Amino acid sequence: MTTTTRSRSPYPYWFYVPAAVIYAVLFLLPTFASFYFSLTRWSLFDYKYIGLENFLSFFQEPALVKGFVNTLIYAAVTSGLKVLLGLPLAMLLTSRIIARGYLRSVVFFPVLVSTIGVGITFTALMNPEHGLINETLSAIGIEGPGWLVDPRYALISVALVDVWKGVGLATLIYIAGIVSIPQEYFEAARCDGADGWGSFRHIVLPLARPATATVIILSLIGGLRSFDLIWAMTRGGPGFTSDVIASVIYKQYQAGFYGLSTAGNVVLFLAVTAIVVPLFWFLNRKEVEQ
Amino acid sequence: MFMVSRRRIAALAAVAVGAWVVSACSPGDLGSSDKDSQATTLTFLVDNSDPTVKTAQGLVNAFTAKNPTIKITVETRPQGSDGDNVVKTRLATGDMSDIFWYNSGSLFQALKPEQNLATITDLSSAGDIDAAFKTTVSANGQLYGVPAGGATGGGILYNKAIYSQLSLQVPKTWADFMANNAKIKAAGIAPVIQSYQDSWTSQLFVLADFHNVSAAQPGWAGRYTANQAKYATTPAAMRGFQHLQEVHDADYLNKDFASLKFEQGLKALADGKGAHYPMLTFAVGTIAQQSPDKIKDIGFFAQPGDDASKYGLTVWEPAGIYVAKKTNGAKLDAAKKFLAFVASKEGCDAQAKAFTPSGPFLVKGCTLPADVPGAIKDMQPYFDGGNNSPALEFLSPIKGPSLEQITVEVGSGIRKADSAAELYDQDVKKQAQQLGLPGW
Repeated sequence: MTTTTRSRSPYPYWFYVPAAVIYAVLFLLPTFASFYFSLTRWSLFDYKYIGLENFLSFFQEPALVKGFVNTLIYAAVTSGLKVLLGLPLAMLLTSRIIARGYLRSVVFFPVLVSTIGVGITFTALMNPEHGLINETLSAIGIEGPGWLVDPRYALISVALVDVWKGVGLATLIYIAGIVSIPQEYFEAARCDGADGWGSFRHIVLPLARPATATVIILSLIGGLRSFDLIWAMTRGGPGFTSDVIASVIYKQYQAGFYGLSTAGNVVLFLAVTAIVVPLFWFLNRKEVEQ
Repeated sequence: MFMVSRRRIAALAAVAVGAWVVSACSPGDLGSSDKDSQATTLTFLVDNSDPTVKTAQGLVNAFTAKNPTIKITVETRPQGSDGDNVVKTRLATGDMSDIFWYNSGSLFQALKPEQNLATITDLSSAGDIDAAFKTTVSANGQLYGVPAGGATGGGILYNKAIYSQLSLQVPKTWADFMANNAKIKAAGIAPVIQSYQDSWTSQLFVLADFHNVSAAQPGWAGRYTANQAKYATTPAAMRGFQHLQEVHDADYLNKDFASLKFEQGLKALADGKGAHYPMLTFAVGTIAQQSPDKIKDIGFFAQPGDDASKYGLTVWEPAGIYVAKKTNGAKLDAAKKFLAFVASKEGCDAQAKAFTPSGPFLVKGCTLPADVPGAIKDMQPYFDGGNNSPALEFLSPIKGPSLEQITVEVGSGIRKADSAAELYDQDVKKQAQQLGLPGW
């Protein structure tokens, strides 16, 4: 195919106009407006240009350092566990087992449930005095921790619920990756005397790499901007101990510091970009080299 | 194929037009003038807490019974900072209800009253409203609101049955209070109830201590607003944070303080599982509803400080009822008529009938009904004796948004009092800058 034939599209360019208008009005305009408002002190009724002061005070925000560290922990824990649990689950659910279709839907089901609903349900289950989890533990003689109210465990408890809710999607992506591996490879490996572990190590793991990359990228982005589950379960508490960047930003917005919270969103946008773009490039490059 | 897509377009168009018609016609417009030219319909936005909704509905019912040509629809919004944003957004977009219920003091000032609210300085009953309250709903000498509900005391709700069983006296100093706590703990009862699952309840030891701050340091609020006084560097102001740390360090809190909610805390107090609950007196009405047989056991005293001779109560002014600026013509007249009714003896009686008042009404001629719970009657001596001061948020526009997280940290032993006071001073700075106050 030559370049001349490619440039002559059968459709005129103004076909793009409706989509472009919607994109510009609903995405580009607010995005650039937010870059501007992040440089103002904004009260909804009026605004005043103050330069980079919002960014300065956002970075001086006492909860921010904690929020940054927590966000990274949360993103790493959730995406790590989703890979570690998703791959074995996918292996299990692609093998010949009884009720495979049923088990697949059981694993996927939590993905379909509303995050806020999951958060509220688990808040009740994790109640230290009356929650089902600690009551079950006490029946076998273990005194369970205050999952969500103990500053040491609050963030990890929420992360575990996030994994419970999100592992189904990771499993689904892995299942798609594994079933797309041609059966011939497995047959050839069996002829060469490979055992189950050998074919997992040398066939599934390398060939499911695109699936791993997708799972890591998706859950890392999800983890970095995670908000709804944390807000439903702890509101960043107790105190500031489970605050993440998004909850710090939301609290600024709640307090009526609209310029400051917009600046926080710009920072979050840049931070997510700075982490995800190189990672994406790294994971995809490896794929091409192989 | 062609037919299908045309049908689809028609259906889409119908949906779009329908949505446009619905959105262009807000509930307030329905039936206002066309069919029934006599009736004026007003919308009234209130927060969705039980006391507010019941009081508002009681006011509306009493008013419309007297004025059958005016109809008022009560709408609700969330409480707390989510509700603040609803109010601000609706005002900024010109979509506000005709009248609305909102805090007085610093939150009222943040609404830019001159720009967004209708002035009611010429209201017929304006002269009957308590002068101190009027300053909290006025801007540039213009009056914008009437008091909704009674004054509220901030202090300590206590269980009188436990007090008489252990023959304790109501404390006048913090040392007496802690001595009582030691005896209560020895009797196997939690001395102080805290409920950090509703984190706003953690702020009371700091906020209700303000009478003691202004008794020790008159004029502190003014210096604080001007960035000349700080919590961390004023020992009297720091006491509130220290008190919170002391009750935690002495292990005086209920065991489940981190997971308890506000209503559960009230229940624990009424049931005698805990002896003290630092709280605002509007909670008394909730106790009266959820534990009617135990309400006689509940009493109230102001938060004690270091000096018994300066003992007194920190008072929260009532919220206000305001008229949005866009309300005009017949609706504005009707709205003012309603506000005048709220600020009258009949209005007070309607409110007291609808829900247990949180304290004395601030309108001339209004009295509390004889059957109010004992905890509310306990407030009267502080008003009669004159030993009360307004809470800081009515003397200064600055209130940091993170106070409740900071006090949860202190009460849970995550952070020490001095570090908390410093952190709160930083938190307050953003608010002062947002308001554009001089000196920050």
